[in-house]
Amino acid sequence: MKLYTEVLASCYQDSVILMRISGQVRQHPGVREVALFMGTPANQALLQQAGLATDAARGAGPNDLIVTVQAEGDEQAVAAVAAIREMLQATRKAVESAAEFRPRTLDSALRQLPDANLVSISLPGAYVRAEAMSALRRNLNLFIFSDNVPLEDEIALKQEAIARGLFCMGPDQGTAYLGGVGIGFANLVGRGRIGCVSASGTGLQTVACRLDALGEGISHGIGVGGRDLSQAVGGAMTLFALDALAADPGTEAIVLVSKPPHPSVLARIEAKLDALRKPAIVCCIGTPSRVTGRTVWVETLAQAADAAAALLAGRPLVPGVLSDAGAVRAVVAPAGGAAADRAILGLYTGGTLAYEAGHLLRSACGADHPHRILDLGDDEYTVGRPHPMIDPAVRTDKILEAARDPRVGVLLVDLVLGQGAHENPAEPLADAVRQAREIASRQGRRLACVASIVGTARDPQDLAAQRATLQAAGIGVLATNPDAVRCAAMLVRPTLRRQWLTEEA
Amino acid sequence: MQPTVLQDPPRVINLGLASFAADLRAQGVAVVDVDWRPPAGGNPRLAALLAQLEDEPETPQTTEGSRK
Repeated sequence: MKLYTEVLASCYQDSVILMRISGQVRQHPGVREVALFMGTPANQALLQQAGLATDAARGAGPNDLIVTVQAEGDEQAVAAVAAIREMLQATRKAVESAAEFRPRTLDSALRQLPDANLVSISLPGAYVRAEAMSALRRNLNLFIFSDNVPLEDEIALKQEAIARGLFCMGPDQGTAYLGGVGIGFANLVGRGRIGCVSASGTGLQTVACRLDALGEGISHGIGVGGRDLSQAVGGAMTLFALDALAADPGTEAIVLVSKPPHPSVLARIEAKLDALRKPAIVCCIGTPSRVTGRTVWVETLAQAADAAAALLAGRPLVPGVLSDAGAVRAVVAPAGGAAADRAILGLYTGGTLAYEAGHLLRSACGADHPHRILDLGDDEYTVGRPHPMIDPAVRTDKILEAARDPRVGVLLVDLVLGQGAHENPAEPLADAVRQAREIASRQGRRLACVASIVGTARDPQDLAAQRATLQAAGIGVLATNPDAVRCAAMLVRPTLRRQWLTEEA
Repeated sequence: MQPTVLQDPPRVINLGLASFAADLRAQGVAVVDVDWRPPAGGNPRLAALLAQLEDEPETPQTTEGSRK
């Protein structure tokens, strides 16, 4: 294998376009790896770590595209680089032929859209502060998808935003909803009466989809970014968003979603919730269920949606262990004891869903269980590769690896639909599971797979079609992530079936 | 101060992933997609200086409410 590098000067492209092109060229015969990076300092460091830094690459600047190809020989490498150039040219032509004038600066964009009220930023992290601060000074709200934004920049941006009465959603926020419009990675859901504040993109997507399934909807979904509830940021945007939703006439109840906040921040949030004039449901995954004043604390994302819907319908929430015991029973009963005492491998694309799964497994099986939950969207798995919600390759590799591991008896997965996500994620997942089962069965083993889907009928991928594709591959599709986790737990620990399925009977 | 964006439909300036602009347009949202490049030809120190010099809003805007 040889490593080839080429630098294309002044050839700025966004990372989604680059990931798409590298994903396609990686499939070419004789090509092992393709990495397309703009030569930003952060990317230079990544190339160095990955052992892909060459002299040519080191000389590239943030405006220059570094093309690296690992191929069997010169011929394959030259063909791969030519294909990359062709695809870049096609992308450029498509943009030019759209006959749309694209301004180069925020101010010229404002001349084109003088009543703009939001700036969506998904630039490399080092450039975010300057652009975001400019937007705030022009009294524009922010949605910041970018990660790798320095913590001090986040604090400064949020202080400035709050002083001006503006939202700073993010950094590192995947999803938001304003007035029924989904921003970033978002499912298409009905508009409703429930306002959400979420420190997690997939957490917000999960709650929005569950509400949609229950016939409810969200008024707004304010994403605050994963670090907002840290001690350093102090919950600044969460507290601001709670006040904003409390004052919003279109919001009747508020759902707050996050991982457990720092204790000092939790105390501030509790005080704020006590003072709100609207009922609230809080899911800080892992904190126990309780009721304080008008605030209901629940354990899981699905319960948060269920509790909000029950509250608005004026009926009590009856918390059960399973959302749909019949569906769980239909997966568990025919499996018998085939997976008993073997391990669960969770392969997640949604970070918060992975976190929730880890918490629920610890509750069900104790702290020293043999199961593993991987968040495949974590940097560890995505350096130079697309996020698994966009490109299923990372998960496919892990599924095939698990097929050869005799300890693994159950695969536990999520499938996230919506704008931004892969156009048909069920198909590659179903194919990978079929292949894995063949590999396992040649070694005399069975491999079960259970899934939950974050999606709606309005999503471009079509929830029903995605579910049918998974079911046709023998994957058990459950109503919620907690149902899928508990179903997996019952497959490997039959004693839990007596406990949970009898309770639900 | 309350963000008026909760009452008005979002109108978006997009800096970054072109697919985000396309997804918003598909939902009927007014979007301007900026053809963004690293400032100052990618020189971070020069870019920081430029940002300080240039960062004055073109039209004075005092409150968000005036941006109707």
